[in-house]
Amino acid sequence: MLKIGPLSFNSRLLLGTGKYPSYETQKEAVEVSQAEILTFAVRRMNIFEPSQPNFLEQLDTNKYTLLPNTAGAKTAAEAVRIAKLAKASGLCDMIKVEVIGCDKTLLPDPIETLKATEELVKEGFIVLPYTSDDVVLARKLQEAGCHAVMPGASPIGSGQGIINPVNLSFIIEQAVVPVIVDAGVGSPADAALAMELGADGVLLNTAVSAAKDPVKMAKAMSLAIEAGRLGYEAGRIEKKRYATASSPKEGMSIG
Amino acid sequence: MTVLLNGESIQLPEQIVSVSDLLEHYEIHDKVVVVEVNGEILNRLEHQSTRLSDKDRIEIVHFVGGG
Repeated sequence: MLKIGPLSFNSRLLLGTGKYPSYETQKEAVEVSQAEILTFAVRRMNIFEPSQPNFLEQLDTNKYTLLPNTAGAKTAAEAVRIAKLAKASGLCDMIKVEVIGCDKTLLPDPIETLKATEELVKEGFIVLPYTSDDVVLARKLQEAGCHAVMPGASPIGSGQGIINPVNLSFIIEQAVVPVIVDAGVGSPADAALAMELGADGVLLNTAVSAAKDPVKMAKAMSLAIEAGRLGYEAGRIEKKRYATASSPKEGMSIG
Repeated sequence: MTVLLNGESIQLPEQIVSVSDLLEHYEIHDKVVVVEVNGEILNRLEHQSTRLSDKDRIEIVHFVGGG
C-alpha cells in the first residue's frame, strides 16, 4: 500500500497524461498500467473551440485520483495560484508542486519549490513537490509538512534513468514521508531500480507515452515497479567478489 | 461590455450578466473549467452569483495532459 497523507493506493505507479499519440492509446495505457493516480496540467482553455477532445472528460474521475501539477510556474506565487485553480475544480486536493528554475534542464528551483510547499501545506493541500535529488532539500520539504517528496531521477523527459542512485538512497534513508521518483525514467529497468533502492513509488510519463507501443510499455512499467518493490522487500544478497557454489559439494558421484 | 478573456479583448453580448451566462454562451458550462475574475478564483457555486463588469479580466482554465 502506498500511503500519501490520508489516501491509500494499491499501485505504486503514478502516470502522466501528456503527449500520447491518441486518446484511445492513452485510455488503454492508463488502464493497463493499473495506475490510480494520474497527473494533469492546468492551462487556459481554448474557449473558441470548445468541442476539442479532452482526456479528463473521458475519464471516470471516481476511479482515479487526480494529481494536477503546477507546471509553467517559475515562482512560488505562480505555483500557489495554479494549485488554487486546480482545487477550485472540486476534483482534487492533491498538488504536484513543480517550479522550474532552468528552461534547458527543467530542473526545479529549490527555493521557490520550498516556499510554494510551505504555503500550500498551510492552505490544506496534499502537497507532493517535485525536487532535485538533494537530501537536504528533501528534509526541508518534509519539515515544511509535504506529504511525499518526488526527487527526479534525471531531467524531465530525458529518459536517462537514475543518474545518481546514491543521492536517491540518501533521500530514501532519511524519509519520513513517501519518496516517489519522478522524472527521467526511461525503461522498466530504471523503474525497477528505483523501487529496489527503496522508493515508495515512481511517477513517469514520457517513458510510456513516447514508447513505440505505449500500451505495452505501460504494462512493462507496472510489472517492473511491482517486481522492484518485491525485490526490495525480499532483501537482495550482498555482492561478493568471487563465486559461491549453489550446489552442494558433498555426495558427488564422480571422482 | 468589453472584457479581457484569456488574454483577448472580447465584446460580450448584452445578455451576458454572470459567469454562468458566459460559460453557457461559449457552450462550456458542462465542462470541467475553473474561472478566475480579476485574480479571484471562483468555485463552481459562485459562477451564478458572480456578475461581470466592463474591463474585467477573466481567465478560464481546464485540465490538459501533463506529467
